[in-house]
Amino acid sequence: MLTAVAIVVDGAVFAAWLFIVSVGLTLIYGVMRILNIAHGSLYALGAYTAAWLVGAYFAQGYPPLAGYLLLPAAALLVGVVAGLAIERGVLRLMYGRDEVIMVLVTYAIFLVLEDVIKLIWGVDPYFAYQPYGLLGTVDVLGLPYPIYDLATIALAIVIGAVVWWGLNRTRVGKLLIAVIHDREMSMAVGIDVTRLFAVTFVLGAVLAALGGAVSAPKISVVPGIGVEVIVLAFAVVVIGGLGSVGGAMIGAVIVGFARAAAVHLLPEAELFVIYAIMAAVLVVRPYGLFAKPEARRI
Amino acid sequence: MTLGRNPTVLVLAAAAVGLLGLGLLMPDWLRFLVQISLANSLAVLGVMLQMRAGLVSFGQGLYYCIGGYAAGMSGHLLGVSDAFALLLLGLVASILVAMALGLLMSRYREIFFAMLSLAFSMILYGLLVRAEALGSTDGFNVPPATFLGIAFKGGEHRYATYALTCALAFVVALALNRYLVSTLGYLGDAIRENEIRVEYLGASVRRTLYIKYVIAAGVSGLGGGLVAIAVGHVDPDLAYWTTSGEFVFVALLSGTGNVLAPFVGSLLLEFIRTFAFAYAPYTWQMILGGTMLLLILFLPGGLWSVIGARAERS
Repeated sequence: MLTAVAIVVDGAVFAAWLFIVSVGLTLIYGVMRILNIAHGSLYALGAYTAAWLVGAYFAQGYPPLAGYLLLPAAALLVGVVAGLAIERGVLRLMYGRDEVIMVLVTYAIFLVLEDVIKLIWGVDPYFAYQPYGLLGTVDVLGLPYPIYDLATIALAIVIGAVVWWGLNRTRVGKLLIAVIHDREMSMAVGIDVTRLFAVTFVLGAVLAALGGAVSAPKISVVPGIGVEVIVLAFAVVVIGGLGSVGGAMIGAVIVGFARAAAVHLLPEAELFVIYAIMAAVLVVRPYGLFAKPEARRI
Repeated sequence: MTLGRNPTVLVLAAAAVGLLGLGLLMPDWLRFLVQISLANSLAVLGVMLQMRAGLVSFGQGLYYCIGGYAAGMSGHLLGVSDAFALLLLGLVASILVAMALGLLMSRYREIFFAMLSLAFSMILYGLLVRAEALGSTDGFNVPPATFLGIAFKGGEHRYATYALTCALAFVVALALNRYLVSTLGYLGDAIRENEIRVEYLGASVRRTLYIKYVIAAGVSGLGGGLVAIAVGHVDPDLAYWTTSGEFVFVALLSGTGNVLAPFVGSLLLEFIRTFAFAYAPYTWQMILGGTMLLLILFLPGGLWSVIGARAERS
């Protein structure tokens, strides 16, 4: 019984985290057709910036509650600065290239950013445990859980709702959907696709950095955290369907619960199960569980 | 494309003889560096072969790792120590796995090919990381190899493994060079250009890609086996996505024009890595990434397109 509770709650917490770190990836792919490996570095940048700000803030002894605002602030800062720099500085020059070439381009950006992080923050770990510990724990059917973890679930739901609302109920969102469906047609009817690309990339970058910022209090922020996150995020978006926000949600839930079950029942399979599901989905439905297949060009 | 005698064979033979001779003079660290880069270039050759058909494998580490682990496990668990037997086992294991997965992979293109190959290599990584019998994340040591019953010692042993790597790299390069100018090899280029026309010509795209996939896997597996013997250690990182990413990087850096290209690119990368590690440990990935971006922007054919163009003019 306790194991079942643990699987469900752990699964939900992990799924929420996965959704937060992968929704930006799927958004960027959906609009720009770029599978952004640099997403992992943006996550790491967000984590570092948040850990650094939070550390400095709490060292001054300011009121703790306002410290939480630093997490989204860090994400916004990183997303706008790094996102704009990458999009305007590099990607702009590469539009129109093959999808696979774009993967290599973002891989190159990823390599560069990994070292930028080391240059700025060095290789020593950063800790920002205060926001995690301050909220305390709560009993869920007999198991104590940190409230911060449960708040992550709420945050994931809020992000999901905001992204959905933004895409379906705002002008920019409707323009984005038009571009997702048919880029050439959108250009023909006068949508400024280039500007939308910049907006999308910055949004995706903010979401990636937010994933990092939210994770920072739970982990020790060390070089290489982005490397692991990016493959997990790939697995999630591939399972749900590249470019589909709803798919990312489903993918996160599937991976989250599968991993939680594996951790508690068969620890040896913890990583295996994630990629096995990814491969299985690619085999059965290459376009993911929730994306519509495109007509093949060849 | 030159139609006359291909100078590649001559260059290859000269390089093999030269490397074998120079190996006697090189200091240990330099010889090891050359040896590792030769072994890695076999894995890069695997990536390059598929790139010529327009497929980018982000999981070539799968076969690199299978080759390494198969060789390592036979040495570690079965007590086989003959280098040729170890490499053969690695080769056979890679080819067998590729023959099964190839049936599936030959149906995939573009981003889906990249993602599925990534998924398969990460599955292997996930399994190995949790396999305590195989040392989990630490991997395990591979006992020193013997050569047809002769167990060399110290410097002689190091030179013997080096010579074996040179010889095998030469043979593989020769064979692949021949393969690339065969009908099957040219079909790969044709598939990249236009798949549907290849079908109209009466060739089977799936069969061509399947064979290519298996060949690429075998070559990469051999590379992994050679690395296991050279380093004397294997760990799950051989299958991690960054390993595969590096192979793709080298293939892109060197270009797909000629079998020689991956060797040049791989050697260059090992040199950059060694010196950058010593002098600029925090900026070497940045140098790599920056180079890659510049290449994609200005030299999409890779370094080889410069050498190849010059050779064609003369």
